Amino acid sequence: MSNTAKRIYYIPYMLWIVLFVIAPVALIIYQSFFNLDHQFTLANYATYFTSSTYLMMTLNSFWYALIITVATVLISYPAALFLNQLKHKNLWLLLIILPTWINLLLKAYAFIGIFGQHGSVNQFLGFIGIGPKQILFTDFSFIFVATYIEIPFMILPIYNAIAEIDPALLAASRDLGATNWQTLTRVLLPLTRKGIVAGVQAVFIPSLSLFMLTRLIGGNRVITLGTAIEEHFLTTMNWGMGSTIGVVLIVMMFLSMAVTGERHHKRKEIGTGAKEK
Amino acid sequence: MATPIVEFKNVNKFFGDFQALKNINFALDQGKFYSLLGPSGSGKTTILRTIAGFTSPTSGTVLFQGQPQNNIPANKRKVNTIFQNYALFPHLNVFDNVAFGLSIRHVPKDEIETRVMDNLKLVHLQDLANREINELSGGQQQRVAIARAIINEPVLLLLDEPLSALDKKLRQDMQYELRELQQRLGITFVFVTHDQEEALALSDEIFVMDAGEILQNGTPVDIYDEPINHFVADFIGESNIVKGTMIKDYEVEFVGKRFECADAGMKPNEPVEVVLRPEDLDVTTPEKGKLVVQVDSQLFRGDHFEVVAYDADHNEWLIHSTNPVEEDKDIGLFFEPEDIHVMRFNEKEADFDARLETYEGE
Repeated sequence: MSNTAKRIYYIPYMLWIVLFVIAPVALIIYQSFFNLDHQFTLANYATYFTSSTYLMMTLNSFWYALIITVATVLISYPAALFLNQLKHKNLWLLLIILPTWINLLLKAYAFIGIFGQHGSVNQFLGFIGIGPKQILFTDFSFIFVATYIEIPFMILPIYNAIAEIDPALLAASRDLGATNWQTLTRVLLPLTRKGIVAGVQAVFIPSLSLFMLTRLIGGNRVITLGTAIEEHFLTTMNWGMGSTIGVVLIVMMFLSMAVTGERHHKRKEIGTGAKEK
Repeated sequence: MATPIVEFKNVNKFFGDFQALKNINFALDQGKFYSLLGPSGSGKTTILRTIAGFTSPTSGTVLFQGQPQNNIPANKRKVNTIFQNYALFPHLNVFDNVAFGLSIRHVPKDEIETRVMDNLKLVHLQDLANREINELSGGQQQRVAIARAIINEPVLLLLDEPLSALDKKLRQDMQYELRELQQRLGITFVFVTHDQEEALALSDEIFVMDAGEILQNGTPVDIYDEPINHFVADFIGESNIVKGTMIKDYEVEFVGKRFECADAGMKPNEPVEVVLRPEDLDVTTPEKGKLVVQVDSQLFRGDHFEVVAYDADHNEWLIHSTNPVEEDKDIGLFFEPEDIHVMRFNEKEADFDARLETYEGE
């Protein structure tokens, strides 16, 4: 009885997984083996891995995703630490999460207004005598806006990881003679590593395929894999090549999941190994 | 006279409007076992945190071996703490937890190795060095916390209710071990507890605290036999407290009768409170008893019977008797003059000590 009841609860979940996860991925993999004339071929993959354009684009995507991720970590970790010490921390946290409720496109357009030739930043630069500069459509503005958009996804897991730490552990570290810096590197960081890893996964992987920002803020100067997929599906109509890049992206996501998850796994093995001795 | 390890001079601490410490003064000597005993919220943990350097006093001076410490941070003090829930680092194994204090000081690796193993041997954990913290029992975690705290060779070890998470049997074993460890190392221990039995068993000296004040300090025997007021008498052990009148030196009146006692130095006919410990009351026949009470109920406690009885004035009397008594029967209670302890109302500790000296020195 209860077993059948349990199975009924699984149905919506299974439907979701099959329809929106497994089927699309299967379709993308299937598509990637066809050329423009709907003939089965491996040429798409051959092109991808031999063309310096695609390889450079892949490298580029990785590079920008890395910069964005590092920037968000560097900003989010101190911010999460600071938030945890505030009196009304939940309110402040809410204020940080609030921008995520606003559509990405709206935020991008807002930044066009701020960074544009006649935007408020350039008005200020003109006022202090530096004069208007090209801010929009630069690497800087792309990384800045991408970082801004990703920060809440990094702060949240780190904040939660810090909030879970028993304050007595930090007191113990101080008590044993550790400076603030030593407490950070030897107690706080190791204990919040899971939060950082979760944040990195939430930021790095989506950053690989950012495409709207590359166009609106980066002015297509920054071409990532996301931009390339969009081009192939909407402009050149080469769905096979677009799907191939999609498959590469999916494989890279799994790889980065494996890389960030691995250390944690290994540590556990060392622990159990020690127990057996 | 050697300089005290720690000295508090007129220390006050406010948390907003709440005064956690009220003009605290004391001095702790080298190599002794001190207990801070009081109910929760009495300020004992605040004193501990002030010594450790986690909070600083609002006013007053904290001296450490004669040096003012108010602005010295916790990591620069030669004090280590055993925390209430041990606060062991979950990401480090037993060895690395104990080694923490040394490794942050960049002590050479082989020295760390020998000192950690020596300390683990001291707490009988040398075989568990590679265990993870979550694989240890509560008692083992307690030992790791001890080893970790003493590896820095502090001159003062603070213990914040370290045994409260252990079951009764283990707690008693750890009491012996702590006492032995303290005597072996010669470190001053400051032990915070709300368990009066623990404080009586372990301490050289007890500070009884309530509502941010030190009410009384002294050896366990002093505090047990001569509590300064109702609160201390009630908090330390079980006691019968009745109102009475000090007729003259060595004579006190309570429950309508006059008794010879061992207290003096009060005004004639001063209203007082009288303490009689349950184990000092001997059950006898009504004719032989100095007091006659009627038994209400009794409980078997293993090593004694706990008898509750009422006298003619409806005062409740708690008696520890080795033999059972019959319920609802009248029994006599016998006690010696020394078993009576007389307490004045609102007497300060300094006055109390001075008064005791006037007649106890003889």
